[in-house]
Amino acid sequence: MNKPLRRVAIFCGLLVLALLLRDNWLQFVRADELNSHADNKRVQIERYATERGNIIVDGKPITGSVDSGGTYYKYKRTYVNGPMWAPVTGYASQVYDANFIEKIEDGILTGNDDRLFFDRTLAMFTGEKKKGGDVVTTLNGAAQKAAFEGLGKNTGAVVAIEPSTGKILAMASTPSYDPSTIAGSNDEKAWVSLNESKAKPMQNRALREIYPPGSVFKVVTAAAALEAGKVTDIDAATETPEGWKIPLSTVPMKNHSGGCANASLNEALRISCNSVFAKLGDDVGVEKMNEMAEKFGFNAEQFTPVRSAASVYDKKADRGGNALSSIGQFNTATTPLQMAMVTAAIANDGKLMKPYMIDQLRAPNLDVIKQNEPEQLSQPVSPENAQKLQAMMENVVAKGTGSRADLNMDGVKVGGKTGTAQHGEKNAKRPYAWFISYAKTDQGSPVAVAVIVEDAEGVGREDISGGGLAAPIAKAVMKAVLKSRG
Amino acid sequence: MSVVTNTTTIGAIEAPSRRNTELALLGFAVAIPVFAYLNVGLALDGEVPAGMLGYGLGLALLATVAHLVVRKWAPYADPLLLPLATLLNGMGLVLIWRLDQSPRLIATSMRLYKSFSPDAPAQMMYSAIGIAMLAAVLLLLKDHRVLQRYTYISMMAALVLLLLPLVPGLGSAVYGAKIWINVAGFSIQPGEFAKIVLAVFFSGYLMVKRDALALASRRFMGLYLPRGRDLGPILTIWAVSLLILIFENDLGTSLLFFGMFVIMLYVATERTSWIVMGLLMSVAGAVGVASFASHVQARVDAWADPFSCAEKVAACDQMTEVLMSFGSGGILGTGLGQGNSDLIGFAANSDFIFATVGEELGLAGVMVFLLLYGLIIERGIRTALAARDPFGKLLAMGLSGAFALQIFVVAGGVMGLIPLTGMTMPFLAYGGSSVIANWALIGILIRISDTARRPAPAPAPNPDAEMTQVVRP
Repeated sequence: MNKPLRRVAIFCGLLVLALLLRDNWLQFVRADELNSHADNKRVQIERYATERGNIIVDGKPITGSVDSGGTYYKYKRTYVNGPMWAPVTGYASQVYDANFIEKIEDGILTGNDDRLFFDRTLAMFTGEKKKGGDVVTTLNGAAQKAAFEGLGKNTGAVVAIEPSTGKILAMASTPSYDPSTIAGSNDEKAWVSLNESKAKPMQNRALREIYPPGSVFKVVTAAAALEAGKVTDIDAATETPEGWKIPLSTVPMKNHSGGCANASLNEALRISCNSVFAKLGDDVGVEKMNEMAEKFGFNAEQFTPVRSAASVYDKKADRGGNALSSIGQFNTATTPLQMAMVTAAIANDGKLMKPYMIDQLRAPNLDVIKQNEPEQLSQPVSPENAQKLQAMMENVVAKGTGSRADLNMDGVKVGGKTGTAQHGEKNAKRPYAWFISYAKTDQGSPVAVAVIVEDAEGVGREDISGGGLAAPIAKAVMKAVLKSRG
Repeated sequence: MSVVTNTTTIGAIEAPSRRNTELALLGFAVAIPVFAYLNVGLALDGEVPAGMLGYGLGLALLATVAHLVVRKWAPYADPLLLPLATLLNGMGLVLIWRLDQSPRLIATSMRLYKSFSPDAPAQMMYSAIGIAMLAAVLLLLKDHRVLQRYTYISMMAALVLLLLPLVPGLGSAVYGAKIWINVAGFSIQPGEFAKIVLAVFFSGYLMVKRDALALASRRFMGLYLPRGRDLGPILTIWAVSLLILIFENDLGTSLLFFGMFVIMLYVATERTSWIVMGLLMSVAGAVGVASFASHVQARVDAWADPFSCAEKVAACDQMTEVLMSFGSGGILGTGLGQGNSDLIGFAANSDFIFATVGEELGLAGVMVFLLLYGLIIERGIRTALAARDPFGKLLAMGLSGAFALQIFVVAGGVMGLIPLTGMTMPFLAYGGSSVIANWALIGILIRISDTARRPAPAPAPNPDAEMTQVVRP
């Protein structure tokens, strides 16, 4: 009986071998795939197993962690002034993943990032509890507060940038939501109602929504005209008839104010003449217009590092379309961030800095593991032309439609541009009120702001205007930045 | 040292008993779980666990008792079997104790039953009963050949054990499988004991019938086909295993019994045709049952693509959790007490305990455990090879074959190699019947190995010895 016995022994050996091979397949070959599988709760459990690091503004955390005592996820995220900061922090939920900074810097915040390996190892030996690192933002608490409170109950967004560096100082979006309400594991009701709400409180309007810019786009057209040499003297009359006929169409371009016939570029920007800018855009041509828009950042997503939607300038527009695009209508659409970038570039003498909102990544022991340095994105306009644009924009605030943004502070010059963007079929919807502006002192410009108010409650349709609704918000933000800089 | 007792040519050279080797190995088998216990305590609470002394001493006491029994009543037994089983049992206790600490499992238990009681103390008690069972086997069964007398009684006993769960009022279905019976507040899995009793029956039956089965056959297409009347018992076993599968929803047990029978038949008759027939019959049975039993179908679906059916069927959900548990362990594992294998849910410490090994001890740990089981199987088959009587050979082979199949079916099921069957890892998993029955199985193997390795009795003194005695210096 020994011969079959030996064979059975071999068979049993093969059974064990098959198990060993299968185990190697599972735990070696497929380990990573299984470990990062979407259904694997361990990623979430790990994310909340220890106290998460914080997002810091002005040296103070705007996030926190509490021991929720849950059997799956130990720590729960809390937010200080959640609705105000939501467009910056995003949310970190025990069941619904995370977004924005909470998601992008998850590795640092959880402490699992490779760059924190040394800290983790050290903590292991010293017996300290594992803790996440901090994300230090570039934001300015006072400016954010001014922006958020300025928007109030209106639907809209504000982005403020430091022109010389590209640091984002404020980023508000209303209506907003409190990420604390969806941070736990039993927040399905809040999650569903937030997602189904018609007001779209979770939409980050500052980065992810694109709007027709309307008249605020005229500064881009002005920049293109200057750069293309179509205009050299901003005070010289342009040959624009009142009621300039849109090419390929029989409709004449209408102006909302009088005095646009042959108005100079300076005057045309001050009173926001459609005909002058439409004609200028047509003179510059779709190619040059598009080139200028793209130098300012259009047609590309921006990474702050939170991704923004790409603003649009239609490079395939025909002559008529291009003329309409040049006054911020037709297919032109932009994020508030994009308009803040345009303003910042002009205020920074033509240099466009890459916008960013994460200044430093810090290890739990406060060691800086990454410091973001300002980075130039492009030079859309020459310094001379930028100064001409500044002169025109300052004129808008001093004597034109943007007077409500004037800070009336000594040594501070303010430049701006209003916009009232028509949209909807036959422009039937309530128009958007835009305002872009910057403040400038002897040391250069500390702040450039873009404000959009989508819908102002209780304001009649005829009264919606960038100068009326949006300019005061921009003014408050600029004031807050100037004050905080002493 | 070998002692020459007389000068006849048939010198009975005493084999070394290896009892001290066994004792040394038992030291490791106790020390390793104690360290593992310490490890879990430090990982979970950051302090030396309070029960460490109790469990350590308990395990050491059990090992000592078992060793003394073996030393006294089976002095020539294989020295590896007892330490291997002790190590696995000890590690099982640690893993169960570790899962007892899981807040998630406690919360689940509170939600489902409004109460929670840790399983480790119960498992400790079952282990003690298991060791007592081993002692009883060695004490009462002085010679395994005695079991031959009970061939047909064993058959009846096995059938009764297997069919008990189907008796109304006695059997209880838990999570789909009807393999438990309730007696005086205890639930018992008769199938675990039936495994041993059936092996006894097969050995007795095949030892008597093996010549008839091997030789009285017709040759057909290169295969030796048995006569119809010899086919009877085989078909009976096949039918019984199908009945278990259909009425008790127990794929694992039916596979185990039929597989064990085929292996023993092959060993007894030395005819390959039995293997072919056995495979054909099991395939036919499996396909037949799988085509109409929803329970089996669900298991097969869960095996084929667990991630796609996870939302529909509970079995799939468990399967994905088990696979992710293994995946998360990686090569070295998370460390005892630091994994999340408790995500598997209620069966984490019974059917799926191997996933905890996978997650917390990693690929390295799982391979060690598989090799430990492999060693038990190897020592069992070695015992079969060494056994001098055909009955002992068949019994040792049957028991080790059943053990090997059970390991394969359970570990293969848990690791997604084959469909999940719902049996438990011997010694590792929580469950009284399993621990006690497997200790009895080890006891019988120890008894057979003792008989096999015992030196032949000294031949009767040779009357001529006096005359030719060598003068020693």
